[in-house]
Amino acid sequence: MFAFFEHPRLRGGVHTEERKQHTSRIPINTAFPTPKKLYIPVQQHVGKPAEPLVKVGESVLKGQLLAYSQGAISAPVHAPTSGVIADVRDFPAPHPSALPVRTIILESDGLDAWEELHPPADPFALEPEEICLRVGAAGVVGLGGAVFPSAVKLNLGRKNQIRTLLINGGECEPYLTCDDRMMQERAAEIIDGVRLMLRGMLAERAIIGIEDNKPEAIRAMRAASLEYSFISVETVPARYPMGWDRQMLRYLTGQEIPADARATDIGVVVHNVSTAYAVYQAVTHAKPLISRVITVSGAAVGKPQNVEAPIGTLMSEILAFCDTDSRKTARIVMGGPMMGDALPHAETPVVKACNGILALTEAEIDPKPVQACIRCSACVTVCPAGLLPLEMANRIRVNQLDSAVDIGLKDCISCGSCSYACPSNIPLTHYFKFALGELVKRQQAEHKSEQTKRLMDERNQRLERIRLEAEAEAQRAQEARAARLAAQKAAAAAKQETTV
Amino acid sequence: MYVLSAIIILTALGLLLGLSLGVAAKYLKVESDPLVEKIEDLMPGSQCGQCGYPGCRPAAEALVSGQAAVTLCPPGGSALAEQLAKLLGIEVDLSNARDQEPMVARVSEDTCTGCTRCFKVCPTDAIVGAPKQIHAVVADACIGCQKCVAVCPTECLQMHPIEVTLRNWRWPKPLAA
Amino acid sequence: MSAKTLGNKIISGPHVGAPLQTYQIMRQVVWALLPACGVGVFLFGWPALYLLGVTVASALLVEAACLKLRGLPVLPTLNDGSALVTGLLTAMTLPPWAPWWIGVTGSAIAIALGKQVYGGLGQNLFNPAMLARVALLISFPIEMTRWTNIEPLFTGPGLAESWRITFGGQEISDAMTGATTLGLVKTGFSLNQTLPNLLADHSNWLSFLGWERGSLGETSSLVLFITGIGLWRKNIIQWHAPGSLLGTVFILALIGHLLNPGRYLDPWTHLNSGALILIAFFIATDYVTSPNTPLGQMIFGAGCGVLIYIIRAWGGYPEGSGFAILLMNAVTPLIDHYIKPRIYGRYRNGKPLDISH
Repeated sequence: MFAFFEHPRLRGGVHTEERKQHTSRIPINTAFPTPKKLYIPVQQHVGKPAEPLVKVGESVLKGQLLAYSQGAISAPVHAPTSGVIADVRDFPAPHPSALPVRTIILESDGLDAWEELHPPADPFALEPEEICLRVGAAGVVGLGGAVFPSAVKLNLGRKNQIRTLLINGGECEPYLTCDDRMMQERAAEIIDGVRLMLRGMLAERAIIGIEDNKPEAIRAMRAASLEYSFISVETVPARYPMGWDRQMLRYLTGQEIPADARATDIGVVVHNVSTAYAVYQAVTHAKPLISRVITVSGAAVGKPQNVEAPIGTLMSEILAFCDTDSRKTARIVMGGPMMGDALPHAETPVVKACNGILALTEAEIDPKPVQACIRCSACVTVCPAGLLPLEMANRIRVNQLDSAVDIGLKDCISCGSCSYACPSNIPLTHYFKFALGELVKRQQAEHKSEQTKRLMDERNQRLERIRLEAEAEAQRAQEARAARLAAQKAAAAAKQETTV
Repeated sequence: MYVLSAIIILTALGLLLGLSLGVAAKYLKVESDPLVEKIEDLMPGSQCGQCGYPGCRPAAEALVSGQAAVTLCPPGGSALAEQLAKLLGIEVDLSNARDQEPMVARVSEDTCTGCTRCFKVCPTDAIVGAPKQIHAVVADACIGCQKCVAVCPTECLQMHPIEVTLRNWRWPKPLAA
Repeated sequence: MSAKTLGNKIISGPHVGAPLQTYQIMRQVVWALLPACGVGVFLFGWPALYLLGVTVASALLVEAACLKLRGLPVLPTLNDGSALVTGLLTAMTLPPWAPWWIGVTGSAIAIALGKQVYGGLGQNLFNPAMLARVALLISFPIEMTRWTNIEPLFTGPGLAESWRITFGGQEISDAMTGATTLGLVKTGFSLNQTLPNLLADHSNWLSFLGWERGSLGETSSLVLFITGIGLWRKNIIQWHAPGSLLGTVFILALIGHLLNPGRYLDPWTHLNSGALILIAFFIATDYVTSPNTPLGQMIFGAGCGVLIYIIRAWGGYPEGSGFAILLMNAVTPLIDHYIKPRIYGRYRNGKPLDISH
């Protein structure tokens, strides 16, 4: 009732046209036929790529480990179906550049035969460490788009003795409804997943934040969590980017994560609802993460819906499954339209991060010419991070990146609100992505320059040492010669003496 | 009368201030220029000579004396130019600055004779190999100074742009409006 | 593999567009300005309409000429509507029976000197219309302070005579003109009169409706207020600058009036006279020349309010809106430098928040 006083004022954000109604009322389609060939990149997560351990020609069963995780922050990948490994080679990645990434190509045998699974008798009796271990082994990563290995986050949470688990059911991106449908259809499993995560982190309570434009999902989740007093389902206003974890956390708990800290530093861990479901599958049924629910939408899609598809399916096949008109397609986007990336083509595989595939028409994108900035400060008003996008873009335009950093460039989350609101269609977000990448490049260049200096010093020292050694050698040789001469002289003198 | 006194007073004032400035310049002179050292620290330090000066220190000296522009260093690029401009307190228009694409040397295995000339001149030991064996360039250590290209007798060393991969891919700058 | 390629150009998100375009914003402002112009034409007859027409037309022509000179495409920029807005605003601040060359000179100053020399839309430091108003006021004080009596449409001079007034250099007899409320007060004080005397036949309500002498588009507080609120409701302008401007003038006027009712005008008269409402809603909210942040805009508005009051109460000119706006325009970069929004996870000074459990 006094929600106005209970919650801190939301900063920034835009009311986007939702365009969710095409897919939010249709059940998840689980009848997607297993494709003939699956393309499974070894890097589908933040951190080090996984290392393949299968050989070309080897037969694998569904759920079998294909590549193991390397290092502290990494995640394994598993076979989404049974079949034969056809190849391990470079293949276009689902990335705006479509540059190649190391990919395991699996030819399906059509049997879809599971390997032997070993689910625990009572998953809730498992030790917390064991839960984390199983989550890690199943290759579960953040499915909201960040794809950070979930086990690492759980372990971090346990070590930092966090109190609150925030489950992000915001799904603030237009078009996307996969989390919405998951919550409507699989609420009980998600709640179980949340309980397992709580146990894995030894945390006390969980808050599930859901945007108020998903009343069905809120009802389903409330019903499923009724018997657990430590899990509360909270409504958050629908305003992009509500799904930014820091925004939602601030709204629900009033806590703000310091700029140089992580959520765990203030006793909170944030996970996505789909991740909770994947955790449930991984721990209760010992099933690795080999498929995910994807929203297929956009005006070029004939039958927009949510599809559960195996990881590694080519996007073009999923689009074809949903009757997409490729002539009307002007842009293919992986993810939502705000933060998602435009792909040069759809012959690229679905990965764990892929929560949506949009085939947008020219009318939906509606590209407009870039005009002069009129300083209307709409971008300042909508920025959820409290930045000055117009000012930063002005500085980046003239390549003054350091001065852009001075006014907060590094706090930009690339949410796209500023570009969305700009009446002059200035690609502000693009400027910031460029500048942030350029800064990394500069940092690397600096690192290289230091390395160069070190290498040169080493070389100079080595040359100096060689020179000194050569000198010493010459000295020794000279001395030896002198000694030899002296000896000869002495011998000659002695000889003379004896002859005398 | 007023005009006259104003002229006299202002002239006297000007002379006095000018004199004191002259005196100050003579007695408060800074001996060595710490700026040169600061600038040298910022520079890549590979003494590659692409700026036209024999090394990074001479280039730094030229910068301080105002003979060279802050954009002189191709390997440093606009990042260095921005830092230099800040240090020297000058305005620089970098809006049209285009960083040269970083290049690394690569050995063509067909024509390399293993003459070792290249790795003798490499300032960062980025070329490995042994006499009569094919040499190779360690791309991470190569700074693109092109010294090896100059000495190679068979032209088997060529400069190539660094290969773009998912790891080093960056967003391009948006087309200017 | 037959990959359907969608072009190699790398495009960043968002992939859906802005709800409102620049030209749409400008169009909304034009619609909001028209009622006040209509009131002006109604009150002051055909000469006002002629002046309005010639000022707007010359604004568009000067803009086109400048764009041509700069080698830029003319039509797309002209279509953004900013020159139209500037032309309208310039005309609205002129005496309604001013000769045509005042309008043309005003437009030329506003567009050429006020906007294009800085590099066009979005680059100018000063509000073009206010720059023109102030430049004209200083250069042509007689023409710029000849306030005609109210001669509603069809009761005053006919079409032909009006043409001679605007374009023919016909003299306006003194009987046809008078002083504005603020001017009356200012001259009255120099004759040692007090307020109750001066304002004997001043009606606050008529003044609120717009029935008083003044510039072409500034007299009707009611209409300007309603259209201004409309723009705010449509989210074209923010309330911060107008709110703090009007509030500041109101409070200062109230204090002054309570201290010495015989010397200082009451707040209600202050709000209703001169260009105050027009300035508050349509000039102080100019995107280009006002600060970016809500707090900055409030400071800007308050600064304008203080300056307007000072000039009105103690300055040499009866009305200080133009000067106040220009002065605060000059301070805008400074305000923007110091007033920045707090960044998420940081204190106002930019330091990261302390970690608290």
